[in-house]
Amino acid sequence: MMSAPESRGTATPIASASATGSGASSSPSLLTLRGVTKSFGPVQALQHVDLDIPAGQVTALIGDNGAGKSTLIKTIAGIYPPTSGDMFWKGEKVHVHTPRDAEALGIATVYQDLALCDNLDIVQNMFLGHELTRRGLLDEITMELNSKKVLSDLSVTTVKSARQLVGSLSGGQRQSIAVARAVMHESQLVIMDEPTAALGVSQTAQVLQLITRLAARNIAVLVISHNLNDVLAVADRIAVMYLGTLVSQGPVAEYDTASAVELITTGERASASLARPA
Amino acid sequence: MSHFEHSSDDSTSKTGLVGELKRRLRAGDGGLMPILIGLVVLVVIFQAKDSVFLSAGNLTNLFVQATIFILLAMAEMWVLLLGDIDLSVGYMAGLGGAIAVILLDPQFNWPWYAGMLVAVVVTTLIGALWGTITIRLRLPSFIVTLAGLLGLEGVLIYVVDHQGTGGSISVQNKVFYDIVNANLSPLLTWIFVIVSVTVFSYMIFRKDQLRRSSGLESVSLAMTTLKIAALVAASTMVVLIFNTNRGSFTTLEGMPYAILVDFVMLALGSFILTRTRVGRYIYAIGGNAEAARRAGISVNRYRLLAFIFTGFTAGVAGLLYASRLGGVSDGIDGGNLVLLAVASAVIGGTSLFGGRGKMIYAVIGGLVIATIYNGMALLNLPAAEQYGATALVLLVAVALDSIARRGNAVGR
Repeated sequence: MMSAPESRGTATPIASASATGSGASSSPSLLTLRGVTKSFGPVQALQHVDLDIPAGQVTALIGDNGAGKSTLIKTIAGIYPPTSGDMFWKGEKVHVHTPRDAEALGIATVYQDLALCDNLDIVQNMFLGHELTRRGLLDEITMELNSKKVLSDLSVTTVKSARQLVGSLSGGQRQSIAVARAVMHESQLVIMDEPTAALGVSQTAQVLQLITRLAARNIAVLVISHNLNDVLAVADRIAVMYLGTLVSQGPVAEYDTASAVELITTGERASASLARPA
Repeated sequence: MSHFEHSSDDSTSKTGLVGELKRRLRAGDGGLMPILIGLVVLVVIFQAKDSVFLSAGNLTNLFVQATIFILLAMAEMWVLLLGDIDLSVGYMAGLGGAIAVILLDPQFNWPWYAGMLVAVVVTTLIGALWGTITIRLRLPSFIVTLAGLLGLEGVLIYVVDHQGTGGSISVQNKVFYDIVNANLSPLLTWIFVIVSVTVFSYMIFRKDQLRRSSGLESVSLAMTTLKIAALVAASTMVVLIFNTNRGSFTTLEGMPYAILVDFVMLALGSFILTRTRVGRYIYAIGGNAEAARRAGISVNRYRLLAFIFTGFTAGVAGLLYASRLGGVSDGIDGGNLVLLAVASAVIGGTSLFGGRGKMIYAVIGGLVIATIYNGMALLNLPAAEQYGATALVLLVAVALDSIARRGNAVGR
């Protein structure tokens, strides 16, 4: 099963919780999963997943439908508590059982449906559930200033006004707003589920740029995508799921389209495909 | 799905006052503009047919007539914003009115404030009950409150008939009677309007000024001035209407207390909806309940709160209704009342699917319905035509709104 190219691939939890030495990656791991298993009754959706997510890097999670990608991110986001296994955040063992736990750590998730309120404007959406108040009343001015700052930090320049209704935005703009909201509350890990699935060419480019900008701000990004071209364009690391198992992870340089496809479809890769230009 | 950015299509937009107005209209953000134009058209038609229509006496009467529609539409607004509905507000108002009338009757002789308070508390609790059933049993509010409509009609008949006064009880208490039938003195009317206009102008000015000084895009100073000037002009006109002597034998002038109640409820409701977290969450839940839940908002708590606000407002409406009718009978048509309340809210621009609506919409919608009824009664048109006209206005309002909304959603 564990045919990963990295040297370290055992499923035993690490003894020391400090630097986890995530194989080929140079930076220390922000989030580390060791032996994470998730069962729904008799069905094992995740089997002993060992995953390292370094800070400031884009990790792409790829795999076929039903490979367990969504289960894995929902486990990290606290929606499905793991059946067994350990999670380490900056080297410390943590228990994430609810979305609130994940949020408190600094893990934000942007789901495919974005969870935006079309009838509210950009500022209202960005602060939804975290409204700033002054003497009990909504502090619209400060919220708008903060929203604009986050948007400009992320170079989201295509929206006309921060008071535009989200329902009037394009798909790429909506994705940008959802991401901006995710990073606004001091998030250190942003999980994105299929961020480009419903987008056209130019808007996909917009969102991919946004992803690299997050990484440049030392935010870790875990992105699920079906589109291998997108993945190879922005990812620093790649992790491949196959039938509930993480079969391979490593720097993007170790993969090309052919080897990635092979891993996705068979869970293994023939050595011949290694390092062949895409 | 277009691949082009929609942000650039307005780059050639005009600046200045006219451009600003045009832009907002085109974006479906004209807000009340279409329905206000519709109201003016109605007024012109009725005035042309019967010159009594625009007399001070008739206009004051129209405002008082509109009160029940306005308040019930405000009650409905809270649940409509969530995408829910409360079909029982008509009978809630009827029952609230009946309770107050009975408690203030010489046989119990409660002080007016205690009787009215109990009436409003009862309707508020009824609202809380509908909310609890809807949320806990996960039933559609339409069905729960339909049962509420039938049940409350039964309760109303039981309560009223039990007084042994032949199916109706009349208001004996002076204060209660005066809510709708007495007026502020002309001087007090002026003072009230000047104070509220000053406060409101200051709020408008401060909000726009704060946005300008914070470097946020905002309307120009000219636009702010225009808004305030329009407010002052409209208020002055209303005061002049109310302060005209409309009595034929005795002097009858000043603003009816009922209008004061409308105004207080409008200010309170708008304040909660626009300035507090509660209001923000009600809009969010109505727009996308799942998104609100993921943002950590306790959806059920705010849904319950909305039902409670509906019950409270319906109770206040009931007090004014009983005062205006001079009593409560077991034959109140609460079914018709609720339909007109929903119609008022929708004509004003409220969405039945939740997330869109303002308290002021209830006022405008209620005024439109009252204008139709008042104007057609002046023309001695039969009920058949009144219903026909109301139906037509409702359909046109919804159709216009739907078109405006489609225009607004181009980007997606």
